Amino acid sequence: MPTGTEPDKTEDQTVTGTLARPVTAETLPKVRGSLPRWAIGAFLVGSLVLVGAALAVVGFSVGLWVVLSAILFAVVTYATSRVVEGGRKATDRLVTVVVTGAFLLAMIPLISVLFTVISQGWARFDLQFFNSSMRGVVGEGGGALHAIQGTLIITALAAVMSIPVGVLTAVYLVEYGNNSRLARAITFFVDVMTGIPSIVAGLFAYALFSLLLGPGVRLGVVGAVALTVLMIPIVVRATEEMLKIVPNELREASYALGVPKWRTILKIVVPTTAGGIATGIMLAIARVIGETAPLLVTVGTALGVNLNPFDGRMATLPVFAYYSYAVPGVPREPFIDRAWSAALVLMLIVMVLNIVARLISRVFAPKTR
Amino acid sequence: MTTTEVKPEPKAAKPVEQLGDRIFAGSAKGAGILILVVLAGVAAFLLAESLPAITDSGSELPEGLTAYIAPLVFGTVVSAVIALVIATPLAVAVALFISHYAPRRLAQTLSYIVDLLAAVPSIVYGLWGIGVLAPATVGFLEWLNTYLGWIPLFAGPPSVTGRTMLVVGVVLAVMIMPIITAVAREVFLQAPKLHEEAALALGATRWEMIRLAVLPFGRSGIISGAMLGLGRALGETMAVAIVLSGTGVVTFNLISSENPLTIAGNIALQFPEASGLTVNILIASGLVLFVITLLVNMLARYIVERRRDFSGAN
Amino acid sequence: MGKSIDAKELNIYYSSFLAVEGVTMKIQPKTVTALIGPSGCGKSTFLRSINRMHENIPGARVEGRLELDGQDLYGPGVDPVGVRRQIGMVFQRPNPFPTMSIYDNVIAGMRLNNRKAGKTSFDDTVERSLRGANLWEEVKDRLEKPGSGLSGGQQQRLCIARAIAVQPDVLLMDEPCSALDPISTLAIEDLINELKNEYTIVIVTHNMQQAARVSDFTGFFNIEGTGKPGKLVEMDETKTIFSQPRQKATEDYVSGRFG
Repeated sequence: MPTGTEPDKTEDQTVTGTLARPVTAETLPKVRGSLPRWAIGAFLVGSLVLVGAALAVVGFSVGLWVVLSAILFAVVTYATSRVVEGGRKATDRLVTVVVTGAFLLAMIPLISVLFTVISQGWARFDLQFFNSSMRGVVGEGGGALHAIQGTLIITALAAVMSIPVGVLTAVYLVEYGNNSRLARAITFFVDVMTGIPSIVAGLFAYALFSLLLGPGVRLGVVGAVALTVLMIPIVVRATEEMLKIVPNELREASYALGVPKWRTILKIVVPTTAGGIATGIMLAIARVIGETAPLLVTVGTALGVNLNPFDGRMATLPVFAYYSYAVPGVPREPFIDRAWSAALVLMLIVMVLNIVARLISRVFAPKTR
Repeated sequence: MTTTEVKPEPKAAKPVEQLGDRIFAGSAKGAGILILVVLAGVAAFLLAESLPAITDSGSELPEGLTAYIAPLVFGTVVSAVIALVIATPLAVAVALFISHYAPRRLAQTLSYIVDLLAAVPSIVYGLWGIGVLAPATVGFLEWLNTYLGWIPLFAGPPSVTGRTMLVVGVVLAVMIMPIITAVAREVFLQAPKLHEEAALALGATRWEMIRLAVLPFGRSGIISGAMLGLGRALGETMAVAIVLSGTGVVTFNLISSENPLTIAGNIALQFPEASGLTVNILIASGLVLFVITLLVNMLARYIVERRRDFSGAN
Repeated sequence: MGKSIDAKELNIYYSSFLAVEGVTMKIQPKTVTALIGPSGCGKSTFLRSINRMHENIPGARVEGRLELDGQDLYGPGVDPVGVRRQIGMVFQRPNPFPTMSIYDNVIAGMRLNNRKAGKTSFDDTVERSLRGANLWEEVKDRLEKPGSGLSGGQQQRLCIARAIAVQPDVLLMDEPCSALDPISTLAIEDLINELKNEYTIVIVTHNMQQAARVSDFTGFFNIEGTGKPGKLVEMDETKTIFSQPRQKATEDYVSGRFG
């Protein structure tokens, strides 16, 4: 059995004098020791200080400092643990460091996205942004009222079309399908639909309406159809999952009372899981409300308010943000600011929908107590 | 199982069905059939609208439709693969962190954040990509070119705007990571507690427990999550349209200012101004994209199905 | 109320698999009949075919004749939903509707069938059914609370109240005490003794003491091996079955000498 003294001495030289001493002292008496809790923290601080000091000599950079410290920390932890606690425990510690490190690395861009949108979007997050359109606006000022209204109208239209179809299909699959040929076909094609790229859904809606109304058609309802194609599979999936977890015992209890199947579904099965279905629907809406590409090719954009989805182009928030950023006017700044604000509003809408969805699922969860 | 010799013909009398039952069952079935009709419509209308482009003999595209779409397919695949390669390991790590490493409280909050990020509209990621990430990577691209320039991927000359294939790949990775994470996390959380406890009772460390009880169970979840992410990355439009400064070349050089375009990005850029046969050509390219994503999804399903027997999930 | 059940050469299938074969059995009105036998012998399947719950499983069907007071339950034009209103059922695990209060659970059968009735009539039904299920005193002050908040034994008595609220002729019980503690079990057994004054009761149980305690008649089901159909081996008065059964297999089973 390695006592830990020998290798720790070498450790001693490569790291810092203060680190290795207590480890040896505390772990010597045991055959297979364990690192004291504070050792890991000490390693981390030690690595940061050491790398920081080294970099201060050759030229400091935050990125390099963090990366090199992390590597050094992982190596030191693994080596020490291997000596003191054995190979298995050392691997365990290494994986912990790697997983945590990867997690932190992954959080950087995500937090950066949130931070950027909020800080950049704040500039034009004012009243004017919400109560005026872009009609007659050349430079500064103007707002996204027309785009917000357009987004809400088109999404509502898509929801009205897709929710009944989606929920009924899920009911068919779970309650009536019995794994029949039709049910399996529907399940398969709903899966296929889940994978349709949003731009393809847009092209489909465009192709459909241009065959009906002639080429070059741009209407709010075309966008709504495109979003419906994207939304139906999400609603079906969410509802299906929810209906499946309703215990069969409840259906049986209802049947045994002489309740017909359709009433059992409407009065027992669906109410039991209504919260879950509503949550799924909210999340589906949140998914499609931010879609840009299908609206870009089907609805286009407009400068002023248009509340009629059956007549002419409409502005929507995502497309508004895209055009404001991609083809800004002169001067550039007000357009860029409006683009970020539109992105911020869009993100807030999505967040609110998500939070509402969570609240619904919590409030309407079947009460057990 | 052996059955008795009784003839398996069903009883003649069909149970009586109530009118309400018939109506309700009928409308549910109708909704399901409607979905099939819609999907058939997607395929049919896309095909109908791309026919003029397929049959056209070089009036708009002298080199033919294939020569037009092939570089776009290349760009689509390259960007999606970069995204997948970056996102999958990170997503698995994040999912493991949430499911098995983070304290319970923190894990719950993190789950919410990941779900939220999965729902953030792609236009937001696109704006972030060009507004923040692209400028921030210029120095890094130069560094890559200086020290790793001998690898064809980083041959340069490095772009001065950062609007390169590599950056697009990273933006796509950031986009799909929450999606893969969400799927993987769900599966990891569902790993049977009994197996985990059995592993721990044998004296396994946390990592050994994860390797024994969680990862084998979650493998199909990781794969289907990754495929879902790949599908999203292939079809992603706005982030590419905004960030990439594409010229439609075919090159593996990821950091120069000459980049391949993707199908979806190209449609978004061209379609609003397109008319006549160009529209048909773009729709034809959309059809190709549809087929590619379809293949990826089928592959994912195939893998998941094949793995199911071994995953320990019933 | 309280009708007789008459099964003649009943074969019960799951798709092409014959689960129960040739059951012929007469159940007297206003008696308690216990069905006993090893797991998988088809006693629950038989029970579920009495109120046509069996056919909710895809591919499941029944051959032979099953009569309720001489009326063919599987005859052409018979609505299974209607059958279930006449033959109530209590399940293995208590299953009150989680979205409903105790009150609503009791009248669920009436309300779900859209039967219009005044508030007072509902109130009467709730009190009568809960009293009938020996639950009234325990829950009368919290009728608006969710039914799932009760203890297991109380939930099961709530389910019995729910079943008798629609005033069925027959009450089927599928191992109603298997998920309950001994005290709750005793309460249910007492209740069964009272209920037989009004209802015909058929109970499936794994507990032979329970069968001996509560039932007037006992039917013993057995199965010869995996894949073989279950059969009714013997049916007689309970004390005969437990003291001097005619079949060797029955004696082995009731005396605990069974495999």
